[in-house]
Amino acid sequence: MSMPKQGTINPSFRRRPESRTRHTHGERTYKLSGQFFLKPLVFLLGLLPALWVAWQFYADLLGANPIDEIADASGSWTLRFLMITLVMTPLKRLSGWYWPIRIRRMLGLFAFFYAALHLFTYLWLDQFFDWGEIALDILDRPFITVGMLAFVLLLPLAITSNRAMVKRLGRHWKKLHRLAYVIPLLGVLHFWWLVKADILEPLIYALVLAVLLLVRLPRPSLKEIKGTEGLKNVQQQFSVPPNR
Amino acid sequence: MLIKTPTDLRDNDVTPYRLYQARRHFIKAGVAATAALGLPWLAQAKPSLGGIKPSDFSSDEEKTPYKDVTTYNNFYEFGTAKSDPAIRARDFNTDPWSITVEGECDKPGAVTLEDVMKPHPLEERIYRLRCVEGWSMVIPWVGFPLGEFIKRFQPTSKARYVEFETLYDKKQMPGQRRRVLDWPYVEGLRMDEALHPLTILAVGLYGEVLPNQNGAPIRLVVPWKYGFKSIKSIVRIRFRETQPISSWEKAAPREYGFYSNVNPGVPHPRWSQKRERRIGEFRKRKTLMFNGYGEQVASLYSGMDLKKYF
Repeated sequence: MSMPKQGTINPSFRRRPESRTRHTHGERTYKLSGQFFLKPLVFLLGLLPALWVAWQFYADLLGANPIDEIADASGSWTLRFLMITLVMTPLKRLSGWYWPIRIRRMLGLFAFFYAALHLFTYLWLDQFFDWGEIALDILDRPFITVGMLAFVLLLPLAITSNRAMVKRLGRHWKKLHRLAYVIPLLGVLHFWWLVKADILEPLIYALVLAVLLLVRLPRPSLKEIKGTEGLKNVQQQFSVPPNR
Repeated sequence: MLIKTPTDLRDNDVTPYRLYQARRHFIKAGVAATAALGLPWLAQAKPSLGGIKPSDFSSDEEKTPYKDVTTYNNFYEFGTAKSDPAIRARDFNTDPWSITVEGECDKPGAVTLEDVMKPHPLEERIYRLRCVEGWSMVIPWVGFPLGEFIKRFQPTSKARYVEFETLYDKKQMPGQRRRVLDWPYVEGLRMDEALHPLTILAVGLYGEVLPNQNGAPIRLVVPWKYGFKSIKSIVRIRFRETQPISSWEKAAPREYGFYSNVNPGVPHPRWSQKRERRIGEFRKRKTLMFNGYGEQVASLYSGMDLKKYF
């Protein structure tokens, strides 16, 4: 297969290796378009929730129980980033834009970042590293079990997110990273089992996740369509604009 | 004798009642807006309650600041977020108010709030409050023993339980527009729990009239039970022969029992109850059996399996 990295056969990808030469100060100059600023921008945006909560903590705006608020916020932003990450592939498919794929990894890493903050809040500010209690919690309380499992599954994805690991794992990489569909499911379950009576918020996450998973399910697989005729049909069907 | 009627003021000169009401609403809205602009002392200054006696039952622990007590509330009738009640209960009208007392008693009837309070000297009761969610506060309530109030209605020998009901008014309580719980909110006590001197009806805190978000104008406070037992904005009290089913019991019978005594040895099915975070503190503290009121109330439950009757 000519496309080792993403393992996808959409013809619009064919141009990608060439476009990487942009970074080599060759004849191709940086376009002062979103392309150059995209990743720094996403990076800053991704940090914003953490900075916002930190500011609120500093300014004593988190209310009577700031630690709970921090746990809530870090948990919510983990779920949000997991879902935003899952938006990228369908967004690319629908729009034909490539930038969603370029920021996908960073978004996934932000999900991991907020998950790690969330876990650390629990370990430190909730349990004060009482490992006995933590172990009991994991064993006895399904919502903790599920949350911890989600984090454990997220860990290898974060570790194998760099380019070297993508190359090293080859086709296994893609299999491994299918966990990105399972982890938000566990995350939503974790949230659902935590609330006392008002399930509205977890329900919203569940619905969004359902949509994001369903759009991935039954559609003509590009792999199954052999030959350029088929590809053309598919291109028309998904109205992918022609490459420039 | 000729009685002259004044001609300078005619019937239709009187401000129409609805307009008068609308003005009051306008003023209220203005005050609320002022509060929203960050001038809370203008809008939220509550009338003080006079002649409050101290009580031997009061804790000498550091009190939770007024601001925290009045902005971190579980009062689902006004929304499920802790910050909802302080904002959404601002316009809650508690005047006039009355409590209907009925069921197994000789003198049932409806009593206005004024008449509810009249015979009872007010006491300050500084109590620990432990929420089932794992946080706690120390609150200086103002109120009087529920038992003293109950006796006025002469409950019969059949009255083994007391059931309480919160106001059900979707117009005023926006949280009731969604069926998060089976409205109206219902709570219950065994008769001996209701008559226990620690159990009070509170009409104020910090020496002032009870803020709306804390269950105005009158609420129950049972300090050795999880906070949700202390039902707010009570409109009905019913003496019963059979055990009432409380709202949380109905919503999740596995998780919330009728008794719901604070008990570090009986975990909530989804979280431990061994420790709690006292609002304002960083470290968690150990949760005490009966929230530290064991000396006074443990005898009520002697011989009972508190794991079964959680």
